[in-house]
Amino acid sequence: MIAFTIRRLLQALVVMFVISLLSFSIQDNLGDPLRELVGQSVSEAERQELRDELGLNDPFLTQYLRFAGKALQGDLGTSYFFKQPALDVILKKLPATLELVFGATLIIVCLSVPLGVYSAIKPHSWFSKTVMGLSIIGISVPVFLTAILSIYLFAVELNWLPSYGRGDTVAIWGSWESGFLSIDGLRHLLLPCVSLASIMLPLFIRLIRSEMMEVLESEYIKFARAKGLPLTRIYFLHALKNTMLPVITVGGVQIGTMVAYTILTETVFQWPGMGFLFLEAINRVDTPLIVAYLIVVGLIFVITNTLVDLIYGLVNPTVKLAEGKA
Amino acid sequence: MSIDVLAIPQQPTRWQQFKDTHLFHSFSRDRVAMVSFSIFVLYLLLALFAPLLAPFDPYDPAMMDIMDSEIPPLWQEGDVDERFWLGTDAQGRDMLSTILYGTRTSLMIGLCAVALQMLLGIMIGLSAGYFGGKIDSFLMRVADIQLSFSTLMVAIVVLAIFQASFGAELYADLAVIMLILVIGIAEWPQYARTVRASVLAEKHKEYVDAARVMGFKSSRIMWRHILPNTLSPILVISTVQVANAIISEASLSFLGLGMPVSQPSLGSLISSGFEYIFSGSWWITVIPAVVLVVLVLVMNLLGDWLRDVLNPKLYKG
Repeated sequence: MIAFTIRRLLQALVVMFVISLLSFSIQDNLGDPLRELVGQSVSEAERQELRDELGLNDPFLTQYLRFAGKALQGDLGTSYFFKQPALDVILKKLPATLELVFGATLIIVCLSVPLGVYSAIKPHSWFSKTVMGLSIIGISVPVFLTAILSIYLFAVELNWLPSYGRGDTVAIWGSWESGFLSIDGLRHLLLPCVSLASIMLPLFIRLIRSEMMEVLESEYIKFARAKGLPLTRIYFLHALKNTMLPVITVGGVQIGTMVAYTILTETVFQWPGMGFLFLEAINRVDTPLIVAYLIVVGLIFVITNTLVDLIYGLVNPTVKLAEGKA
Repeated sequence: MSIDVLAIPQQPTRWQQFKDTHLFHSFSRDRVAMVSFSIFVLYLLLALFAPLLAPFDPYDPAMMDIMDSEIPPLWQEGDVDERFWLGTDAQGRDMLSTILYGTRTSLMIGLCAVALQMLLGIMIGLSAGYFGGKIDSFLMRVADIQLSFSTLMVAIVVLAIFQASFGAELYADLAVIMLILVIGIAEWPQYARTVRASVLAEKHKEYVDAARVMGFKSSRIMWRHILPNTLSPILVISTVQVANAIISEASLSFLGLGMPVSQPSLGSLISSGFEYIFSGSWWITVIPAVVLVVLVLVMNLLGDWLRDVLNPKLYKG
């Protein structure tokens, strides 16, 4: 287990290294920091002098090491547009995005497990068939379309829910302002969270259903049945445990995917989060902000994936054997 | 005097052979599969013949008249115009024509991107599975890492950076190629893993040993002998992959990172209609949206049906 953990952490470091290298080469090639600093009126000779002074003429490796050193201390440069440290700008928007992801995850977990298990236990009932039918429609509708159509229905036609922004937020800790604590904030959260959940939910229902059906066929479930254990105990204690193993791995990957989908939902709902900020930064060619976003999101991806793998290793002892053989 | 000629059993034609397969048998019994398949073929035909079918040319600015903008579809109340069955968009383009051309663009990008994924994935998966060892574990580690970053995220970042460094105008000309490349390259691990898994199952079978003993080269054994036996899982994931590629293209175009409004795909049509939804011109968004969803839905239904019928051992995890 220790060897597995170390190897997994090493892999995470390598991936982070590649991400930082990519981010750095983007910073190096996209836009000209000098133009942002001095404008058009400065002569070519002065420009060269400034370049030397800023170290922009140093070899690639020296520049990269300087970039990495600063990045490790949390300095990712200053946003051209906001005139503030890029990392601070991103971190200020992080809570809004995380709340969106949290809300969507809550919806997914609360609905996918009971629906998936039910449609595995009773595959021929009309309810399961409806759920499966709806879920295939669900995966066929792109996230941004669910978002647009829900705005059209609930905000424009019915006028029940707000169509953009976060509404009232309550400050909890530092710069973390939560929308979960006020009625207005919750009303604003509802549509974006449902849209974000709309593509993952069917995916998980289908996954849980097919895994559960496979588990129900296995010998130990048949044995438990033969022994005369109560059905609820078999389903929810014995079968569900093994069903959830693959769900954990897929879930870890999907959390990363969800961060990508927040860019879409945030754009539609003008949600003041990281994804919306990133698209604005792209339009303004605000390189430090783009780089900071890439590194923060890359870190989120790497941390969640590593954690999921480690948890998986803990709960499923066969992983160690498979790793040892490979 | 005549000799009774013995009836020589005729070689069954290809069509008859196909009619006897398990695939065709279950197809002819499954109404959902038949309907989905017909709709898909209809889409393909409409996309292929879009230039002949479309009453207007949406790429031609001379055809647009701003006075014709935001005309509702024929069945709506209000200022309808006989020329525009499905109404017009905000620039006065005929919705029917833009949708036909948009379907053509979306389908083309989806199919080409999946062809690229398939090519890369088959090459990598075959070599990883066949040669094994260090190459295999390296390639599969790379595939794992690439899959852990979602395709959409990678595509958004790559396209955004290209757009920022090329400028929007040059980018608009290259958009089709960039979309195909990005979606194609980002998803190769799906194919590589599937192909590798079936190669591992096949490579110790006797026919492979026989081919090896006969002295065939590795490349011939891989492509001519093993590959045909991995086709059914490839077919199963392909339908779903095309559906996903079309969704990705639409999402990217919606964000303004895909097809420009001047050569719209279904995604950019939805995107350009989005701001008019608040003023009540719902058809600019909703009609292309329905066209997109139906296309993706029939592909997913076909994928599900194929999975049930061919029942390949897909790579899980």
